[in-house]
Amino acid sequence: MKALVCVKRVIDYNVKPRVKSDGTGVDLANVKMSMNPFDEIAVEEAIRLKEKGVVTEIVALSVGPAKAQETLRTALAMGADRAILVQVEDGVEVEPLAVAKIVKGVAGEEAPGLIITGKQAIDDDSNQVGQMVAALMDRPQGTFANEVTVEGDSVVVKREIDGGLETVKLALPAVVTTDLRLNEPRYASLPNIMKAKSKPLATKAPADYGVDIAPRLKTLKVSEPPVRSAGIKVADVDALVAKLKEMGVA
Amino acid sequence: MAKTLVWVEHDNASVKDATLAVVTAAAQLGEVHLLVAGHNCAAAGAAAAQIAGVAKVHVADDAAYANGLAENVAPLIAQLMADHDAFLAPATTTGKNVAPRVAALLDVMQVSDILSVEGPKTFTRPIYAGNAIATVESSDAKLVITVRGTAFAKAAATGGSAAVEAVSGPAAAGTSSYVGSEIAKSERPELTSAKIIVSGGRALKDADTFQATIFPLADKLGAGVGASRAAVDAGYVPNDYQVGQTGKIVAPEVYVAVGISGAIQHLAGMKDSKTIIAINKDEDAPIFQVSDIGLVADLFNAVPELTGKL
Repeated sequence: MKALVCVKRVIDYNVKPRVKSDGTGVDLANVKMSMNPFDEIAVEEAIRLKEKGVVTEIVALSVGPAKAQETLRTALAMGADRAILVQVEDGVEVEPLAVAKIVKGVAGEEAPGLIITGKQAIDDDSNQVGQMVAALMDRPQGTFANEVTVEGDSVVVKREIDGGLETVKLALPAVVTTDLRLNEPRYASLPNIMKAKSKPLATKAPADYGVDIAPRLKTLKVSEPPVRSAGIKVADVDALVAKLKEMGVA
Repeated sequence: MAKTLVWVEHDNASVKDATLAVVTAAAQLGEVHLLVAGHNCAAAGAAAAQIAGVAKVHVADDAAYANGLAENVAPLIAQLMADHDAFLAPATTTGKNVAPRVAALLDVMQVSDILSVEGPKTFTRPIYAGNAIATVESSDAKLVITVRGTAFAKAAATGGSAAVEAVSGPAAAGTSSYVGSEIAKSERPELTSAKIIVSGGRALKDADTFQATIFPLADKLGAGVGASRAAVDAGYVPNDYQVGQTGKIVAPEVYVAVGISGAIQHLAGMKDSKTIIAINKDEDAPIFQVSDIGLVADLFNAVPELTGKL
């Protein structure tokens, strides 16, 4: 069974984003970019399924600018077999619906048994692509996965939900989106980083899949959230208790 | 006037609070219709009909909808959307699972996690873990929206008398089945509706220490218990305790952060709390930049002392 893993190049997890002063977006110039952390977990899960002999080939897919090649090379260094970049111009943001249509197009050619991707990207925080791919392809979905077990022609997914955990059984082919505790992604070793440079990476365009990436949502402005200012520090527990009593909490 | 369809989160008998904030958001867009999809869910339908400001309740009662499987409920919603202009769901794990599937079936780009309604098709929403707020306008004919519960006032749960109508949808997709769930039972208030929350971080050492330190303080205050991602990852408490960008978004009256440094991903989940109290031994911890009341102290001394003195 083939696994298709979708990864996105985003602002690094540890960088504090700054809103541009003209209110058009977030400043990404000279900012460290990395693979979306949830997508790293997706790549790791595919690799573990390959190590178990369940998955035979891992194809990593990204929709993004030319520099998203670096993100795909990271996936290849971790253990993906080959990569596809559906390239758009620098600075063009592709919305989840269009990304889902591109994934559907790629999956139509690759016929993966599992499509795995992060539950959300930490830049736009949309949490949509996996569910949309599943809908467009009429496939079952296991979102926010905490545990993934392939059993014959189905996959059992334990999901992180608001009240705890829920388990669903899905007929393959299926779509899985990853939550934080599914696994801990490995670091690519230096030899594997070198090897990844010679793994195949195909470059395509949205038009190759007949997908129109014109945005449906127009961003009118991007602004800073209301700022919370630091309050006071109290000297000891007694002072804290007094404050709580003042507030009517205790 | 636009007609909206709101996903009701329920347990077949009663309506969950998350729904009430969505009703408020929907009312700003047009006439509010609700969808109660479930199995033997007539009681939830009747409860939904009492929510103030609701014009109509659609009840889809079928074994296929018993566990809210997205494969089965999304086609039902897509069908009902022929007669509605906007679909709204709470940004809970249920809403986030179902809504994008509906959006794709309708060829609509979803607007996730809205904070406000600025116009018939214009909304604000947080991006980059709430470090920026985007104002977006949809160009789609219909709208699919998830709503951040802490950003809207809750509609009154009673006082309404909406008409209830039975509806049915396409047959079950048959590609997915519900196996079971592990739902934590707790006497404490639910995180998303608690007035006070006590949260613990990695500094709590282990599961036993977390329980022995955080739980007595929470019980004294009648508070819900939350945790940072680090504490959940380390196995101190289950996943449903996590507050943050990818966990639960909370905005209680009082949020007590114990041994939490204040990573931006955690702040994203709690910075709209009315009063933030931080206890941390590191006086440079970022949590003190957003806290209203800070106490620089070793939590293992300060928290038991605080619990004792309340």
